[in-house]
Amino acid sequence: MNLNSTAIDVVPSAQAAGQPTIAVRDIVHRYQDRTALNGVSFDVRPAELFGLLGPNGSGKTTLFRILSTLMVPTSGSAMIAGFDAVRQPEAVRRHIGVVFQAQSVDPKLTAYENLWHQGHLYGLRGPELKTRINVILSRVGLLDRSADRVETFSGGMQRRIELAKGLLHHPEVLLLDEPTTGLDPGARRDLWQYLQILRDQERVSVIVTTHLMEEAERCDRLAILNEGNLVALGTPAALTREIGGDVILLEARDPQILAGRIRAKFQVDATVMDNHVRLEIENGHRFVPDVVEAFPGEIQSLSVSKPTLEDVFIHRTGHRFWSEDAEPAPKSGRKKGNK
Amino acid sequence: MATQTATFPAAAPASAGVLLPAFTLWWREVVRFYRQRARVVGVIASPLLFWVVIGSGFGTSFRSGQAAGQQHYLNYFYPGTLVMIVLFTAIFTMMSVIEDRNEGFLLSVLVAPVPRAAIVLGKVLGGTTLATAQGLIFLVFAPLVGVHFTLASFGLIVLTVFLVSFALTALGFAIAWPMDSTQAFHAIINLFLIPLWLLSGALFPLSGASGWIRWLMYANPLTYGVEALRTLMYPEAPSAFSLTASLLTLVLFALFMFGLAFALANRRTTKPAA
Repeated sequence: MNLNSTAIDVVPSAQAAGQPTIAVRDIVHRYQDRTALNGVSFDVRPAELFGLLGPNGSGKTTLFRILSTLMVPTSGSAMIAGFDAVRQPEAVRRHIGVVFQAQSVDPKLTAYENLWHQGHLYGLRGPELKTRINVILSRVGLLDRSADRVETFSGGMQRRIELAKGLLHHPEVLLLDEPTTGLDPGARRDLWQYLQILRDQERVSVIVTTHLMEEAERCDRLAILNEGNLVALGTPAALTREIGGDVILLEARDPQILAGRIRAKFQVDATVMDNHVRLEIENGHRFVPDVVEAFPGEIQSLSVSKPTLEDVFIHRTGHRFWSEDAEPAPKSGRKKGNK
Repeated sequence: MATQTATFPAAAPASAGVLLPAFTLWWREVVRFYRQRARVVGVIASPLLFWVVIGSGFGTSFRSGQAAGQQHYLNYFYPGTLVMIVLFTAIFTMMSVIEDRNEGFLLSVLVAPVPRAAIVLGKVLGGTTLATAQGLIFLVFAPLVGVHFTLASFGLIVLTVFLVSFALTALGFAIAWPMDSTQAFHAIINLFLIPLWLLSGALFPLSGASGWIRWLMYANPLTYGVEALRTLMYPEAPSAFSLTASLLTLVLFALFMFGLAFALANRRTTKPAA
């Protein structure tokens, strides 16, 4: 490996062998009184953009902390780049880059100094470190701000420095916890584009936790978590396809009664959710006139839509994504135990 | 695991070792300090203020103290003041452990392939540097209370101040590590700091204390720091322990505190507190 090379020229041999970069097996994690993860298993392949989608309290932050070696699970194992996150944390740490939701850059240091400090933690030094810092700074578009203190940066720029910190040692795996929190839509789009470039050009496996459907849709594959269980795993397209057909929402004066009557008449699984009758059916456009004819005057409004990831979530869990905890994720700061 | 380890030969960067990460954490601690003006002002001004208050309050006493055959109280009090300055600076620098944890900076260090010993060493040496520097600034006033150094005594004073700073910074680290709020830190520290200092021989000598108080003073490692400084500053004054005994006790105290801080930082938890 040429130390002065500016490109990331490390292609782990496991990629050639087709092994998963991350293999999570039966991870269970209990806090004193609560089970945060209840036997979760999945693989992440090399150069994959993998999403962990779930509402707050679903266990995704717990899983993130286990994968980043900050916490030891109650049972189960996680192999990352060929190393065991529980038994070989030091080895795993050399292969992963981690971007936390909370700010980890030191605002009193300049962009360059932050990365200089970070490089030392990974055993990088001297001219090689200097080259890497300049390369990574130009890649995240902050080379001209290299000598400025991070406290003068905008939120989007601080996120880019966080990303640069996580990538400085050329990890095979990049873990990001809710990376777009607090970013405006433009900065969000930029970040996702950059993650896709990393995957395509550097062959980095990227794992992103998110509670946003539109972000989850940009992942290659998704694991959907709910109350500590893996409720769905697959590509966003395959997951939505499995619902088959369309999602129909009906507004009625008494949705319970209407749902019962629809079930009886059409033999479909109509459920009530948020005062709407909801059903999944193929060729929804043909069903619409039938149902309106069948119950004249009872239906106040009606919508037909293609299934989204939220519908996948409802389909698998029987409740809405935000039903238990409608709060958006905290913007920054330390997350407390129940996350 | 051997086969899997062999699967990734070139990709693994060399281990960072202990010294480079410890150096960089120390460096950050010092840079952060001098970039925060208020802290720099505090370090320079507080010993000065101490001296001015004492100086103006007991103005004439300075001269009579030197003239008298027996040691004047202000001269007696000088090493204790020095230890107090070091004590407060050393322990309070470790509030940065809590800030680092709350900001997320600590997380990024914890997921780096850095031995925990390096984290403790870097942070503690950072605080030690600042506390020692502040203690040495106070030494500027030493001639005014009749203290004159030789090269050897100055060197040993610096060593003593360093040992006291190191031990107390490590103590601060050990207290700060499991905490998540600076308020709680303040509460615990006040519980510790004041008795630790009061019973160190800084205010009244061991010989003047009676009964259980004296035993508490013997058990207080800070007593040996104050004694060592007093012996070095006033070689002719009587002292309870030999300089060697005091310095050895301080070394043991420093090692014990560092060991404690390391043991706390080295725990891997199943709890979310990183």
